[in-house]
Amino acid sequence: MIALAVNDLSRSFGGVRALSNISFEVEQGERRLIIGPNGAGKTTLFNMLSGAYPVSGGTVTLFGRDITDLPAYRRARMGLSRTFQITNLFPRLSILENVLLALQATDDNALSLFRRMRGNAALYRRADALLQEWNLTAIAGRAARQISYGEQRQVDLILAMALNPKVLLLDEPTAGLSAAEVVRVVAMIRSLSKEMTILMIEHDMDVAFTLADRICVLHQGRLIADGDAETVRRDPRVTEIYLGSDEPE
Amino acid sequence: MGWRGGVAWSLAGLLVLAALPYLLSSYYLGLIVEMMIFALFAMSLDLLIGYTGMASLGHAAYFGVAAYATGLLALKLGWDVWLALPAGIIAAMLVATLFGLLALRTRGSYFLMITLALSQVVWGIAFGWRSLTGGDDGMPNIPRPNLSAHWSLTDDTGFYYFVLLLVAVGTLLLVRIVGSPFGYALRGIRESETRMAALGYNVQRYRLAAFVLAAIFAGLAGCLYVYYNRFVSPDYLQVVRSAEVLLMVILGGAGTLIGPALGAALIVLLENVISGYTERWLLVLGVIYILVALFAPRGIVGLINELRAKRDAP
Repeated sequence: MIALAVNDLSRSFGGVRALSNISFEVEQGERRLIIGPNGAGKTTLFNMLSGAYPVSGGTVTLFGRDITDLPAYRRARMGLSRTFQITNLFPRLSILENVLLALQATDDNALSLFRRMRGNAALYRRADALLQEWNLTAIAGRAARQISYGEQRQVDLILAMALNPKVLLLDEPTAGLSAAEVVRVVAMIRSLSKEMTILMIEHDMDVAFTLADRICVLHQGRLIADGDAETVRRDPRVTEIYLGSDEPE
Repeated sequence: MGWRGGVAWSLAGLLVLAALPYLLSSYYLGLIVEMMIFALFAMSLDLLIGYTGMASLGHAAYFGVAAYATGLLALKLGWDVWLALPAGIIAAMLVATLFGLLALRTRGSYFLMITLALSQVVWGIAFGWRSLTGGDDGMPNIPRPNLSAHWSLTDDTGFYYFVLLLVAVGTLLLVRIVGSPFGYALRGIRESETRMAALGYNVQRYRLAAFVLAAIFAGLAGCLYVYYNRFVSPDYLQVVRSAEVLLMVILGGAGTLIGPALGAALIVLLENVISGYTERWLLVLGVIYILVALFAPRGIVGLINELRAKRDAP
């Protein structure tokens, strides 16, 4: 089953064409890596998939339904969740409150005006369990802006996963992390349900090639290769454009 | 302070306020009434500024619209309090819905400018529609009817308890709102709209709801003020009024409810004291603003929290 399909997608900023006629399909449960040099249009692609920006042309389809014109929050409710390249948390709220807000988003009876949020024991139990699962209980009470960068990246990931999405977009989850933290985050991603479809932008080639079922290579707004790791590795254009003219390792 | 501590303090405060008519002269009682009304007004604005992160410079519009609606209905149609007061609040709510739909397309300083402009529209109507509103002369002699045979609003003590009751109810509702899942969603919007949208929150709907709710409580304050003064004029709607309530919030500490209430009490007190010496109240207000911006950018509550943190630090 096709989880996400992109057809002839384009985006211009003023006169600059950031994405040109991108088309690809992602199977349910697939791990699809998106790679490409800086400025290739990877984050722009994610912003259009998640609904943060409108498209200039083309369509986006989620489980057969055209979502091209839906606002971001509607896509999130349909099971499309994302992380952010630049950490995007609620800086002055505690980590627990960050997670509570994420869990509450999909909790039907939680959006009342006069119920006390602190009275929702079930919500708190779920938040505690989630923090425990990822070993973040110790920092639950700290404000998001006060924790380390590595911890912030993990919380960013947890907020996206708290929605229990069908399709998860990860925008460079390992960027700027120490080697030990990269191992931890990769383990987090590996442990996600095989039912979940994951699209992930990644700069670290080792990470990209170990996680990927298939890889899309973007360059200057165009999709120049789309295939499994081996195919992409051998593609002469990828070698030339992305890795330079030397042979890949 | 835990939840129980909060309840205990609130009850103690309420008891003290309830005892004041036996302790104070009617002049000071009037001052307390004014403080309570403006505390409610400032808290309503903080729902926007402190909790949702939307700085409105036109909040007097909803205070004034409710005041005018209540005043007109009481004066011209002879409606009693239990009809005229809700009608005033509904008027504020309707205007806020309309203005909200326009203003909420913008953010930051643009939002500030458009709320200011919209409030000036209302001011212009109140000022210009002389046959209905009395123009800049305003509308005097608005009646303060009795609530019942036993509860007279013309009596200072009776009126004091009326205001105390409604401000207490309003405050209680605001406390519930900011502690509700909805209230936390507003904080989320203040911190990151894009993240809230990515989590599935309909950010615009929340912003509009916050805007209208803030107008409802501002409207209640406006209704009480018109009964207090028995008079309404375009002054209620002036930009100075909007700036003053903004300063109350900032002085007390945005992002809390107690802060704006304290800020309101202080400003009302200062205004009353200083107006005995000079007419240049606006100048004083400006100086206060500069001092707060320089020395206590997070207001009195922020200052107290900082001092506490310093004391507790090893």
